[in-house]
Amino acid sequence: MSQLVNAILVFLVLTGFLLLASSRLVACIRAVAIQGILLGILAIAAQDGNLSVFGVLLPLISAAVKGFILPWLIMRAMRDADTVREVEPLIGYNLSVIIGAIALGVSLWLGQHLPLPNRPTSFLLVPAAFFTCLVGFVLLITRRKAITQVLGYLTLENGVYAFGAAVALEMPVLVELGILLDVFVGVFVMGIAIFHISRQFDHIDTGRLVALSDRVP
Amino acid sequence: MILLLILIPALAGAAAFLIGRDSIRRGLLVSAALVQFALSVATWILPPAPALSGWLAEDAIGRLFLTLTSLLFLASSFYAVAYLRGERAESHSDFEEGLLFSNAREASFTGCLLLFLSAMTLVTLSQHLGLLWVAVEATTLASAPLIYFHRHHRSLEATWKYLLICSVGIALALLGIFFLAVAATSPGTAAVSLVLKDLLSDAPHLNPLWLKAAFVLMLVGYGTKMGLAPFHSWLPDAHSEAPSVASALLSGALLNCAFLGILRIHQICVASGLADFSERLLLVLGLLSMAVAAIFITGQVDYKRMLAYSSVEHMGILAVGVGLGGAGLFGSMLHVINHSLTKVMLFMVAGNLLAVYHTKTAKNVSGALQVLPVSGLLWVLGFLAITGSPPFGPFLSEFTILKAALDQGRSFVAIAYLILLAIILAGMATPVLAMAQGTPREDIVVPAGRGVALSAVPAILGAAILLMGVYVPPVLSRTIHEAARLLGPR
Repeated sequence: MSQLVNAILVFLVLTGFLLLASSRLVACIRAVAIQGILLGILAIAAQDGNLSVFGVLLPLISAAVKGFILPWLIMRAMRDADTVREVEPLIGYNLSVIIGAIALGVSLWLGQHLPLPNRPTSFLLVPAAFFTCLVGFVLLITRRKAITQVLGYLTLENGVYAFGAAVALEMPVLVELGILLDVFVGVFVMGIAIFHISRQFDHIDTGRLVALSDRVP
Repeated sequence: MILLLILIPALAGAAAFLIGRDSIRRGLLVSAALVQFALSVATWILPPAPALSGWLAEDAIGRLFLTLTSLLFLASSFYAVAYLRGERAESHSDFEEGLLFSNAREASFTGCLLLFLSAMTLVTLSQHLGLLWVAVEATTLASAPLIYFHRHHRSLEATWKYLLICSVGIALALLGIFFLAVAATSPGTAAVSLVLKDLLSDAPHLNPLWLKAAFVLMLVGYGTKMGLAPFHSWLPDAHSEAPSVASALLSGALLNCAFLGILRIHQICVASGLADFSERLLLVLGLLSMAVAAIFITGQVDYKRMLAYSSVEHMGILAVGVGLGGAGLFGSMLHVINHSLTKVMLFMVAGNLLAVYHTKTAKNVSGALQVLPVSGLLWVLGFLAITGSPPFGPFLSEFTILKAALDQGRSFVAIAYLILLAIILAGMATPVLAMAQGTPREDIVVPAGRGVALSAVPAILGAAILLMGVYVPPVLSRTIHEAARLLGPR
């Protein structure tokens, strides 16, 4: 089991770098979708054999939502917005990848200094989860398109979910479903908002949403 | 009974989306609000049995927040009906820039209002921290469409910032909940319960390192939603662009719900002996929020943004009260009530002024006392109340918090607190008084047939604020004491 878990975690880190390096919006959406599916497998694999019905069913539902339904929603929002299908970041792709490498180092360091009380299946679990969260933040900060910001939010959420799976946390079914529903509705509402932004402004560049601000007098 | 409190507004909200006739839908809004309020008052007499194996239960803190939310929603529902009657459905020109825009469908506005109430009720009654998280995120999603009721680019920008910033913040809070679960895991145990009662009784055995990390993440996460500086950037935009009735609910009810999330993790920290750590962080963020609010209120040209920053200030005061502990806890709980009542009233009055003067710029408004005598008077009285002047309610609670700081010998906190309050008083006085006095522009006409509720609801709230300043009913005072006891060390 632990080899499978390790392999998934390595792939998770790789999708993180893909997100940082890719200039194509479609590739980024696919990377987030792959993350969603990987996490579903991870949540099952990390349970170490003690499987219950919900223990399998919930990760499968989650993988279906994050791997297929949400990416489809985002793809549709992208088509509706009829935007240039490039990421157009504030900083270059090389710099993004370098930041990613630093983030990976920080995550590994954090993973060593925050020891889990229960020995996890793989020492990579906690660093990979933190790294995914940090990638989400980098995307949120350095990418201006509304769609890439949604991708950043989803990546952050994936990182949080990975941490939950990493500590093999048994959330009650109701809460797990509630969390998934919130993420789903959240992305759905954001998709609607992107549609309105593109109609209202003819662009989805959030860097140009600056009508509302305060200056220090 | 607990389930009914949540389900009634949820079902009414779902139904509101489907009802075509305006009159029936508005009736549904008010009656659902009435029934829900009656139920939440009934919980004071008949404490409800816990539901869902103890995940939903009402403690003193929950009862306080729930009743306040229901009361404010009831007041807002009357106001909303009068407000919606005055709105035109076809596209009309924007006050600020003259561009044409139309409103969102009234059915979805009403529906989202009711779903919003249901989500907030769930927040106040959740004893399971995971469920609490789900509910807080649900409040974000239900309230985002409320901000985008007037469909123009400014409200859209505000909605986008609100959705994204709050969702990201809340995602961090979820990470904090996972950290808390790790803190509760000890080698060998399998299942971790995230029910507040179990966590509190298990608190001495929690891993302090992970608990501290969990507290920081949840403070940042829920603090974003609560509008604590420096995570408050969405708040002034959303509050100024939303229709006034939505701003009132965001400020008066939603911010409290996020505060409740922080209170829950604080309770756990106190019980596990980390009170010093969590109190210090709350104090720092509280004073910082007050300072940021003082900077941006001074010289603020937009009066709705001014009220929004005043909310940042008062969230800071709440955090300072809890950060001081002791008598500060009582002051903080009392201030939750006083601030919400006053701020809801002020946003309603601001909505009335906006409807008549067609501008949010304070210096273009003058003679409000002549044009709208009731609203103008309430605007001035509300200003006095919110800045902590006697004899209104907020004075009492702000003074209690100040006294707690002095009694503990924390003179730095007390002095900073007083100076910031004074700056805010001075910063708000100039625009507010200039708006009320003077002679109105000639072209200002009060639209005929304004709903009575537009003035009556804020007037009743104003009376309540005055009452809270001179007489806190014993039954309320007992519950506040009980809530403060829950927050304090055992």
